[in-house]
Amino acid sequence: MTFNAQHLLGIEHLHPVEITTLLDLADQYAEQTRRGVRHKDVLAGLTQINMFFENSTRTQASFELAGKRLGADVMSMAMQASSITKGETLIDTALTLNAMHPDLLVVRHPHSGAVDLLAQKVNCAVLNAGDGRHEHPTQALLDALTIRRAKGRLHRLSIAICGDIAHSRVARSNIMLLGKMENRIRLIAPPTLMPTGMDEFGCEVFTDMREGLKDVDVVMMLRLQKERMDGGFIPSEREYFHRYGLDAEKLSYAKPDAIVMHPGPMNRGVEIDGNIADDINRSVIQTQVEMGVAVRMAAMDLLAQNLRAKRAAREDAVC
Amino acid sequence: MTKTLFINARLIDPVAQTDSLGALLVKDGMIAEVFETAEPEVKGAVVVNCAGHCLAPGIVDIGVKVSEPGERHKESFRSAGRAAAAGGVTTIVTRPDTLPAIDTPEVLEFVARRAAQDAAVRVLPMAALTKGREGREMTEIGFLQDAGAVAFTDCDRVITNTKVFSRALTYANSLDALVIAHVQEPNLSDGAAVTSGKFASLRGLPAVSPMAERMALDRDIALLEMTGARYHADQITTARALPALERAKRNGLRITAGVGVHHLTLNELDVADYRTFFKLKPPLRSENDRLAVVQAVADGLIDIICSMHTPQDEESKRLPYEEAASGAVGLETLLPAALRLYHAEMISLPQLFAALSLNPSRLMGLETGRLREGAPADLVWFDPDAPFQLDRTNLQSKSKNTPFDGARLQGVVLGTWVGGTLVGDK
Repeated sequence: MTFNAQHLLGIEHLHPVEITTLLDLADQYAEQTRRGVRHKDVLAGLTQINMFFENSTRTQASFELAGKRLGADVMSMAMQASSITKGETLIDTALTLNAMHPDLLVVRHPHSGAVDLLAQKVNCAVLNAGDGRHEHPTQALLDALTIRRAKGRLHRLSIAICGDIAHSRVARSNIMLLGKMENRIRLIAPPTLMPTGMDEFGCEVFTDMREGLKDVDVVMMLRLQKERMDGGFIPSEREYFHRYGLDAEKLSYAKPDAIVMHPGPMNRGVEIDGNIADDINRSVIQTQVEMGVAVRMAAMDLLAQNLRAKRAAREDAVC
Repeated sequence: MTKTLFINARLIDPVAQTDSLGALLVKDGMIAEVFETAEPEVKGAVVVNCAGHCLAPGIVDIGVKVSEPGERHKESFRSAGRAAAAGGVTTIVTRPDTLPAIDTPEVLEFVARRAAQDAAVRVLPMAALTKGREGREMTEIGFLQDAGAVAFTDCDRVITNTKVFSRALTYANSLDALVIAHVQEPNLSDGAAVTSGKFASLRGLPAVSPMAERMALDRDIALLEMTGARYHADQITTARALPALERAKRNGLRITAGVGVHHLTLNELDVADYRTFFKLKPPLRSENDRLAVVQAVADGLIDIICSMHTPQDEESKRLPYEEAASGAVGLETLLPAALRLYHAEMISLPQLFAALSLNPSRLMGLETGRLREGAPADLVWFDPDAPFQLDRTNLQSKSKNTPFDGARLQGVVLGTWVGGTLVGDK
């Protein structure tokens, strides 16, 4: 067994071997899904609860589909509408859910660290579906799988991450994952959207898009997170698009076979030109969505195996 | 007439800056004589054998939050008094950021009465500088002073309106009242939970530049030049603020500064995986800032070490980091934590007690904080070397939110005397 984690809270605590194990399995699931092979037995009898304290369509749908394809009983809860508004704390919600004995808990929360906190209080496997500006591990894993399939490898690539890095958990998880796999990471953002100390993570930091994109293999665009901005970070969306939006001219500085990625949902005409996003020769955005389901299937499969092993060990101890 | 003789004591004298073996006679609550010999003969005195351990003036802790009125479940005068006695703190100077704020003579009288009834140590209350700590209208500084307020502060709220603040300073100056301010540029630090830097970026937490402290201090210094008021900055925690403080002192402004013991002994990395007991206001700083501030205490540039005792219940701490309440309890851990600096050979014991006892006494106009004839017999007897591991459930405070839970510390308080009366012992 080369995947030992009990939870998937972030990339930070994953070993490169664990990442590779997960991506290999996800690769298999992606192929089998394309061929129509079903795996209803993998999570049969297990309950998966999706708890989203923040709006999400794609991630939630992706987790739901992944669970259903593997045969889990899936329940999704939109938390804004329920007990949180009645004043219940996160920990009470966690304890309540824990009493219902779920096996897999998928959580998204607007505050950094909230999913870690919750994981301490429950005895099922917790998957972080994004916590504040901290981590979004399944997004980084699906990005990694997409890159690996497009480029044939996941090491010694030059990868640019561009845009709203300050508010992005996707960027943090990707920096961590791509760094662990020994890639060259270039961060491109207006200085107001660049967190401090990023050069200390071993990244190259650029404020000029053309300079930053020079000869990269992968261009990863980020969504401008307007909902997290509480004050002027950029003068206007049109100036942002002019200086940092990905268009054909700026993309020409990257390698001719460079791929374009975006975690979605896209703000067309803000961070990315619609024509680039739709260019089937460059854009792998649709593949990312496809890989998302595969990666989540693999993550839940591996965590469920560990969960079953842990429970079996506990029963042996009791007998 | 009661007489107590402390023999075989390692006397820590912050005035003479000495650390030597001797004895001390207490008569009627006052220090009657200091001996240079370890075992003098005094007739009719009860003898306390200090066994070669330290005897120092009791700690005067400025900025203690006792949650009366309003949140007695977090800390009462009784529990705070017990905690202080257990920690060698003989005087607590309490904060007015209660519910409601202590901003009228009536509320202040309530607090003074509760303190007199229940607290085992001396309690000096501070009052708010503006009504409701809202930064709009000044409080009745004169009446509050008559009712016993020793200083005026809006605690962690910064008065953003400079016109209001300058008037309050001017008025306070006419009464020679001490104003204590929190130095943190409020717009820059709005919503911040940690200090900006690599760690904040890694954890994805909203962060504030350490420069916010210097900006606020610079503004306040300008206002002091304008008004001449007596001013104390509650916590100076960054290297960048130190030159401004040094200059202001050199220019003869009536300014002093304090620092919380947590900022002297912990840094931003201690937050680790979102441990909310390490969430303080201002947030913990970088290691370089910590070292600079420790040096500033050793140099006497920062005058006072305090605990910034802030009780919080479990419910307000067991939340995602951004939402969790700030503050830590500190009365009982102030001395052992501060002794880390002594054990690290960064500061001597007499220097430490200048910052813990003498300087805060002077700032408050008290006779305590000294080991000399005629001073009140507020004393702490402690073994600076005795090791222990802190278990937060053993704290006397009603709230147990200490960042030192499970920490290995050195320094055990063996006895605390207030006015010659034993109020706490091991």
